[in-house]
Amino acid sequence: MLAGHLPKLAPGSGAVSRRRFLIGAAAVGGGLAVGFRVAGAADSPVQAQAPFAHVEMNPFSAYLTITPEGLVVVHSAHLEMGQGSYHGLATLVAEELDADWSQMRADGAWGNTQAYGNLVWGGAIQGTGGSTAIASSFDRYRQAGAAARAMLIAAASSAWKVPKAEITVENGVLSHPSGRRAGFGDVIGAAAAVPIPTDVSLKDPKDWKLIGNPNLPRIDSREKSTGRERFTIDVKLPGMLTAVMIHPPLFGATLKSFDATQAKAVKGVVDVVSTPRGIAVVAENMWAAMKGREAVTAEWDDTKAEKRSTAELAASYRDLASRPGTVARDEGNVEAALSGAAKVLEATFEFPYLAHAALEPLNAVARRTEDGIIEVWGGHQIPDLYQATAAQVAETTPDKVRLHVMKTGGSFGRRAVPDADVIVEAVSVAKALGWRAPVKVQWTREDDMRAGRYRPMYVHALQAGLDAQGRLVAWRNRIVGQSIVTNTPFAGLVKNGIDVTSVEGAATIPYAIPNLRVELTTTENGVPVLWWRAVGSTHTAFAVEAFLDEVAEAAGKDPVAFRLELLSGHPRHAGVLRLAAEKAGWDRPPPEGRFRGVAVAESFSTFVAQIAEVSMEGGRPKVERVVCAVDCGVAVNPDMIRAQMEGGIGFGLGAIMKSQVTLDGGAVQESNFDGYDVLRIDEMPHVEVHVVQSTERPTGVGEPGVPPIGPAVANAVYAATRQRMRVLPFSRAQGV
Amino acid sequence: MVNLTINGTTHAVDADPDMPLLWAIRDLLNLTGTKYGCGIAACGACTVHLDGQPVRSCQTPVSEASGKAVTTIEGVGGQVAEAVQAAWIKLDVPQCGYCQSGQIMSAIGLLAENRRPTDADIDAAMSGNLCRCATYQRIRGAVKEAAKTLGA
Repeated sequence: MLAGHLPKLAPGSGAVSRRRFLIGAAAVGGGLAVGFRVAGAADSPVQAQAPFAHVEMNPFSAYLTITPEGLVVVHSAHLEMGQGSYHGLATLVAEELDADWSQMRADGAWGNTQAYGNLVWGGAIQGTGGSTAIASSFDRYRQAGAAARAMLIAAASSAWKVPKAEITVENGVLSHPSGRRAGFGDVIGAAAAVPIPTDVSLKDPKDWKLIGNPNLPRIDSREKSTGRERFTIDVKLPGMLTAVMIHPPLFGATLKSFDATQAKAVKGVVDVVSTPRGIAVVAENMWAAMKGREAVTAEWDDTKAEKRSTAELAASYRDLASRPGTVARDEGNVEAALSGAAKVLEATFEFPYLAHAALEPLNAVARRTEDGIIEVWGGHQIPDLYQATAAQVAETTPDKVRLHVMKTGGSFGRRAVPDADVIVEAVSVAKALGWRAPVKVQWTREDDMRAGRYRPMYVHALQAGLDAQGRLVAWRNRIVGQSIVTNTPFAGLVKNGIDVTSVEGAATIPYAIPNLRVELTTTENGVPVLWWRAVGSTHTAFAVEAFLDEVAEAAGKDPVAFRLELLSGHPRHAGVLRLAAEKAGWDRPPPEGRFRGVAVAESFSTFVAQIAEVSMEGGRPKVERVVCAVDCGVAVNPDMIRAQMEGGIGFGLGAIMKSQVTLDGGAVQESNFDGYDVLRIDEMPHVEVHVVQSTERPTGVGEPGVPPIGPAVANAVYAATRQRMRVLPFSRAQGV
Repeated sequence: MVNLTINGTTHAVDADPDMPLLWAIRDLLNLTGTKYGCGIAACGACTVHLDGQPVRSCQTPVSEASGKAVTTIEGVGGQVAEAVQAAWIKLDVPQCGYCQSGQIMSAIGLLAENRRPTDADIDAAMSGNLCRCATYQRIRGAVKEAAKTLGA
């Protein structure tokens, strides 16, 4: 996911207090004015938004559509990949609209940066990542709901000839003391003619019924429990062909030649074409494409390919970590403080490449319509970018590209890929076929695992100094690894030679340490990298929190008490830490045979503390229980917050225990879930989530559950074994 | 041609005998609730029932499925399936939802044979089904919830 470096939100910045606001000045578009689909329109509600980029649109038609049947369809600016963004944005609209929850629907929006631009990223591009959906859209979707409500009331007021103030709205019904009642669908025709209100007010938080409601059923649980949910892999179009790719065997290798004679003889294979990203075997169905692929022979030029092994890369990273890097943060005089310290500790942590391994392997569907429109179905996590890229590949203009935003079977950052890989492939293959058929490019698991875009490998070398009283007086953290954003449209995240996604969580260490330096050495190699759920904090939080545990021990302090002493300037870190400690019973010894570890981390302005309780079985740690406290400001959907903490813990736990991508001679060694091991149900701990009650601006929860679990478990394993877990995954360490 | 009986209906499908049942179901019969995740029976997303037993359809050639009753997520029904799906919805188990058809097929298979599964029984029956969103805690809870419904 994108590094969503949230601006610091001032406490009580007003969004949760009752206030008035002006509706965007660029509001009026004309045509389907207020965003209500008029009665009798034949299109499905999910297609109701205007299809093209440059159509001026009313922000309210952009955010929601009310159908004659009374369904309220929320057009989500943020991709639904499991984290619950559709549910969250529908909650915001329904709250202000006073809709009935059962009438709410949601779909994926695109093509209107003014309406959908990610405000946490500055608003210039639509996208999902950095746990920003609620933070970015908390105001605008509530405003859209409130404006629509005002227009429905105005329409009913005219129809019933009663003052607007006498009309109430509850559970999707407009009513008047005279006994008049109407559903939303009954008045949309008239409501569509009401001038857009220039000024509406939002509810006082004390009047919220849906925001903060822990019992709101998730909007898509039924579809997802009956097999009816549709993903990109499920897209079927008349005449559609399915293609599988043959990617270069090494990163950076290029195609010299290929022979598809045998492949074309395979039953069901239609064609084999070359694209800038590899060879595509196109067939009537997936199985034929896969069989056809086995029959293709290809020659590759690997002159410029990456040929090193991960062991070689790790050795060079360790060497680089022994030398100074570019300074990301510098306070006091760390070298002097280290030389003057009574006790100096040091540790080096190693983090592997990680695959996202979302369960739906990457895919996209493309076709050109008879009128020359390029349509692309996919997990459009950065729609504006994909629209532009698809246009470029198809040699047309972005206004001739129509996206279909599908829900995805996970992403964890993988679908937010600046080079639009699988989208380029789908459009390229359709183009190579002369646009004669719609084409679905479907990666196999092996393709997904081996095509790169990993969480980068990192090495952290840390030193800490304690004075004679056991106070932490010096902290130096040298970080070595690849930049995610260099040479992408997100390169603006590199400031003064520092990719902020490489050092977030390390340079932002919250502990009061008088002499502190964080340095970064950015490496370059041929392995493609990307944001992976929680981005920099996936490694920085581990290094910081595991090493701090070593420091606390050397200082003879309790790990919670030691942290709290150093967190006096960071009340929200301290708040979740205290809450987790209290709920876990930190002041009492753990049960017999159980060992505890703690960690706290902020990521994307959400604060999470976790206490892991571990037992040892046959020399291997088993995480039995995790107590998690989270402060994400206003808790819009408390049960989604719990779900994301549970899931983040499981996702992070699998990674630190078992997952790694390794290279030998540049070739990726893992290809499927037999070699790339992830968490299974028998390894899932019992997770208890405690959500801090807060009136701060809401922040995200998709990623922040991940960072603390690794160090919390590592610290618990140390308590059990006196062995420090400094090389990930744990499965690499001897004896564990 | 191969005859496949899916959800009670027999179809003659034009498939090579070695075509995995998964792709026949999805691409030839357009039943897309059954998902592809790995192709090597390591993730469970493609789980269907063959004569009532959960199997990985990505590793079941159509020749082996022919003549047997195949049930997919679209065709499940009856007391156990209803209890399982109701529990899944009640506990809001799914996140991305991609694995959940397979999870539910495995859970139905478990509860059809064992109405009172222990945690160890659940682990044994469900550990072949990956969930990358790690909804495992709720899966376990939903299996128990369904067991409770069935025992009532």
